[in-house]
Amino acid sequence: MSVRQQQLDDAALVASGVEIPLYATTQKVYPQSVEGRYRRIKWAILFVTLGIYYFLPFLRWDRGLDAPGQAVLVDIANRRFYFFFIEIWPQEFYYVTGLLILASFGLFLMNSVAGRIWCGYLCPQTVWTDLFMTVERWIEGDRRERMAKAGLPLNLEIFTEKLLKHSTWLLIAWWTGGAWVLYFADAPTLVYKLATFQGEPIAYIWIAILTFTTYFLAGFMREQVCTYMCPWPRIQAALIDEWALNVTYRYDRGEPRGSLKKSEALRVTGAKSGDCVDCHQCVNVCPTGVDIRDGLQIDCIQCGLCIDACDNIMTRIGRPTGLIGYDTQNNVERRNEGLPALPVRLVRPRTVLYAVLIAVVGAIMLYALTTRNTIEVAALHDRNPQYVTLSDGSIRNGYTLRLVNRQEQERVLLVGVEGLKGARIESSGLTADAAGRLMATVGHDQTLELRVLITSPVTAERESKSQTVVIRVLEPVSGATATVADHFFTP
Amino acid sequence: MTQIDKPSDIDAHTGMGTTGHEWDGIRELNTPLPRWWLNILYATIVWAFFYCIAYPAIPLIQSFTPGILGWSSRQGVNDDLNDLRKLRAPIVAALSAASLEEISRNPQLRNFAIAQGKAAFGDNCAPCHGAGGGGGKGYANLNDDDWLWGGTLEQISATLTHGIRSEDDLAHAGVMPAFGKDGVLDAHEISNAADYVRSLSNLPVPPEADLAAGAATFADNCAACHGENGKGNMELGAPNLTDAIWLYGSDKATIVEGLTNGRGGVMPAWAGRLDATTIKALTVYVHTLGGGQ
Repeated sequence: MSVRQQQLDDAALVASGVEIPLYATTQKVYPQSVEGRYRRIKWAILFVTLGIYYFLPFLRWDRGLDAPGQAVLVDIANRRFYFFFIEIWPQEFYYVTGLLILASFGLFLMNSVAGRIWCGYLCPQTVWTDLFMTVERWIEGDRRERMAKAGLPLNLEIFTEKLLKHSTWLLIAWWTGGAWVLYFADAPTLVYKLATFQGEPIAYIWIAILTFTTYFLAGFMREQVCTYMCPWPRIQAALIDEWALNVTYRYDRGEPRGSLKKSEALRVTGAKSGDCVDCHQCVNVCPTGVDIRDGLQIDCIQCGLCIDACDNIMTRIGRPTGLIGYDTQNNVERRNEGLPALPVRLVRPRTVLYAVLIAVVGAIMLYALTTRNTIEVAALHDRNPQYVTLSDGSIRNGYTLRLVNRQEQERVLLVGVEGLKGARIESSGLTADAAGRLMATVGHDQTLELRVLITSPVTAERESKSQTVVIRVLEPVSGATATVADHFFTP
Repeated sequence: MTQIDKPSDIDAHTGMGTTGHEWDGIRELNTPLPRWWLNILYATIVWAFFYCIAYPAIPLIQSFTPGILGWSSRQGVNDDLNDLRKLRAPIVAALSAASLEEISRNPQLRNFAIAQGKAAFGDNCAPCHGAGGGGGKGYANLNDDDWLWGGTLEQISATLTHGIRSEDDLAHAGVMPAFGKDGVLDAHEISNAADYVRSLSNLPVPPEADLAAGAATFADNCAACHGENGKGNMELGAPNLTDAIWLYGSDKATIVEGLTNGRGGVMPAWAGRLDATTIKALTVYVHTLGGGQ
């Protein structure tokens, strides 16, 4: 029962003098199967999204040498995230910020175009609940059979069906947890290790957690997650505007509702009679148990299944379809006032703004990712002492460098100093080339921390106590360079 | 605020039942939460009850209830530290077995020694030498290229192990005598010697300074330790007086003070205070600070 229905029922009870409690017992929803356009869309999305989720870890991607060959991999042990051609290091986690911005603007854009598309079609909670409901229907039958069985005492048939249903659910849930851990290690290897009971305990623990959450949330909590746990319906309700498409019921066409017999009788007399025959099919097929005829409401995930159900009935009784359909709140109000509906306006300042923001953030990320240097250098000046006077009077500053080699080969990087006349660079244990540059060997796909000392000769002219020194790193094979500027302090 | 305990009213505007709560004329509509939500609250209370029994929880006057699992945060820290020691055991063993020369040649051992040495330096050496080994007046700067007692790995190790003018029998023992206080030199001679010492490293001296007299005093009294040309002597810890590095300061007053009262800074012997492996790590770390010798 929807929150809205609960409130209406309670109001009726209160009006008749009955005190109602502050907490309500949850009533189980028995959604009925339905066929139609939106159901087909939902099937397609279910197969695609679950297909991606379950099989993506097995997709291979050749990165050469001993780099992982998995297309999507969160390598926590080695602190790397691989996504097809992209490789992200922990210090580049800001890319994830960009992804989160893209995701939230994507959600906003979806919302301003057509309300809760995310909730109705794409949300994992919806997709897995849909899958679990399908399994339930196959084993225990459709709405009416399940409702009838719920009232019966337990017998062998019902017990067998329940056993079969819960086993299947657990199997799906277990596979869901199993697929999850495959994103964190080489999938084929991990499958073999798990199957032969040689996996890490943490892998089994995560499989158990995901098995439990999937089984519990998709099998039992279902619409309760959307109505009471998820913040998005609240945020969505605040973001929605009158131009967004939503699943709506056409009051102007449907009301006054009545049974087919009554409405035919009324029509003969020329009295007004709506197209809604009050068959409750829209309510019966609803996965969250709402009555769409009550208007926009918090627990409606706008999956469109009531559209399919109503269209089927309208076709059968020879009335035009579309009594329930995607429409804007604007049009709902205009129709109630007898005004003609306005065409759908997808291009509005708000949708344009979201689209532009998505494009800008996406372009910045793409630019940053594609122009990333294969080598990098960062410098940290010694804090104490800031400078050191040497016995011949020259001045030395110490720096901690971090050299980054993103290439798949071990490379010798040449570390030189610029911008400071006569300065030389040295590092304990490293030799320099003819040009006075340090030769530092950095392993493939690794970083190297290096403490270097830069000395400015006693004869150098110094204009101020702090000068700028540039440390340049050159990779001779590819010619890639990276620089970092820092202070050089003198007395 | 008027409060009615039982939900009873109908809100005229929406037609909904209310909770009976009213604030400044605004009534709260009753939208019943599902009962499982309330049950979760009860479940957390039950959880808290058992948690209080299992873990340290309730404050008493002197102490607190320890909990039947016997867990304590201090024990937790100890366990973590022991895990860390276990994890490091192989490389610590390798470090303690390797010679200083071997450590400096092996990058893995060297990096580990530097990290360990840095931590030990912060705990033990930083109070005098500064967090980065920058030193101060009377405390040597370990980042420069001037080493009073030698800057090779072996020499640094010896200084660390036995100390300087410490109670250790093998400690470095040279002392700058108090020429003025002991009546060896008078104030005039000390002033001349101080001017001469400043002139050795090309520091400005007053035009009336008698450098020849200072040089004579230096040759008679100072050259025995600091050398005829003032280049110092590492065996005795006598500093090089011709370079730009001054342990106490290069101004005349400081030099006169040193000549008058003598100098004899002390560094403790760390053998017995720190284990041999830590001293090894400190040696390698200090050696890298300024590049050593």
